[in-house]
Amino acid sequence: MAAIVSIRSLSKHFGSFAALSEVSLDVEAGEVVCIVGPSGAGKSTLIRCINRLEEYDPPGQIVVDGNEVRRGKHLSAIRADVGMVFQSFNLFPHMTVIDNVTLAPRRVRRMSEKAAGDRATRLLERVGMLSHSHKYPSQLSGGQQQRVAIARALAMEPRVLLFDEPTSALDPEMVGEVLDVMQALAGSGVTMIIVTHEMEFARKVADRVVFMDGGRLIEEGTPGALFDTPREPRTRAFLNAVLTR
Amino acid sequence: MSFVDTFFNWDVLVRALPLLLSGLKVTAQLGAVSIVAGLLLGLVVALTRLYTPGPLRLVAKVYIDVFRSIPLLVLLIVVYYALPFVGIRLSPFLSAVCALTAVSGAYTAEIFRAGIEAIPKGQFEASYALGLKFRHTMADVVLPQAIRIVIPPLTNNSINVIKDTALASVVAMPDLLKQATQAQALEANPTPLIVAALIYLVMLWPLVLLVGRLELRLGEGR
Repeated sequence: MAAIVSIRSLSKHFGSFAALSEVSLDVEAGEVVCIVGPSGAGKSTLIRCINRLEEYDPPGQIVVDGNEVRRGKHLSAIRADVGMVFQSFNLFPHMTVIDNVTLAPRRVRRMSEKAAGDRATRLLERVGMLSHSHKYPSQLSGGQQQRVAIARALAMEPRVLLFDEPTSALDPEMVGEVLDVMQALAGSGVTMIIVTHEMEFARKVADRVVFMDGGRLIEEGTPGALFDTPREPRTRAFLNAVLTR
Repeated sequence: MSFVDTFFNWDVLVRALPLLLSGLKVTAQLGAVSIVAGLLLGLVVALTRLYTPGPLRLVAKVYIDVFRSIPLLVLLIVVYYALPFVGIRLSPFLSAVCALTAVSGAYTAEIFRAGIEAIPKGQFEASYALGLKFRHTMADVVLPQAIRIVIPPLTNNSINVIKDTALASVVAMPDLLKQATQAQALEANPTPLIVAALIYLVMLWPLVLLVGRLELRLGEGR
């Protein structure tokens, strides 16, 4: 099967500090890939490179659905096909929930207000936020905001959905509702790349888990293989530290 | 002559009032046109300063610095009395509008820039990540939020523009102040000046109060 996202020897330096070193990763259609690892491992930087919110060093290359992600006039078209959910939600605070979800389909896909509204209604129902359509983000809890942010990303019908630590800014009691939505998405065939610290979730939902440390991709495998029989000492050390807590 | 006869002379007031009102009309027109033109100019200059490559950005920066440094009165006199030497002859109204707009535009540009820079980076990222282009990111996401932040300082700036219209009297603009000084000379009585001062006050005091209330109200929501 052809890869939806193909990352080839990606490196990124901040001055002399290597945030990413020679990372290569292919993600196939329908696959759910979780990226785990300690803070500062370069996980977020890696997925932020996929829609070029972050620059990277030549000659690293990222291809999304056959198109190289390059600066220039095609970049916004590629970004439109790559959904992103942020740690801090980043909903537009001056717009209602429904307007947050319809904005991009109307402006980028040139959908009518009616068509975009119908799609938004469906998606908000799917994330359990339909009854909050006309509220503003500030009136919602963190978990609710993140579910709206997921609906907003889905409204563009992206080829791949990126999650950058989607539950890290949430109060503990709200983590579950967001993970439930994500799990349902994973089951419906959406291609997802998820940076997360939720190991149980990764084990349950991921087709493949990638472990990163120090800007490098250390090891990857099925959740069973990576969590139960890690090959690399660094993976083992990390899992020991997070799983015994 | 009593204090009241000198400064609040009713007969003088009645005779001067038509003149003062015609001056008020000119002041209002001058203020309105300059405020609107200054806002548009300021927005364009701010966006140029923030988002264009090298040379254009430098032009915007130099423009802002120059017109924030030059005294408005000096600029006004240069536009009206000096430009004719190079063949540019503007009417008093146009001269005043140009000078007021140029200066207001420079201040407004800095206000807009501060407002845009106050918008969190995550808002830009969320917008770009959805595939929105720069112009939609600005028009739909950034500016609506930035403008809310800068309404109080913009209102403040507008008050300054209206006050500064009084300087236009030096280029023979028949504005409120000019008409008041003429009426005062005609009547040999300062009442028209006092009345003009009161008119400025009545016009601008509510705006000053409004700024305070806007700052309170818009400050809350953040």
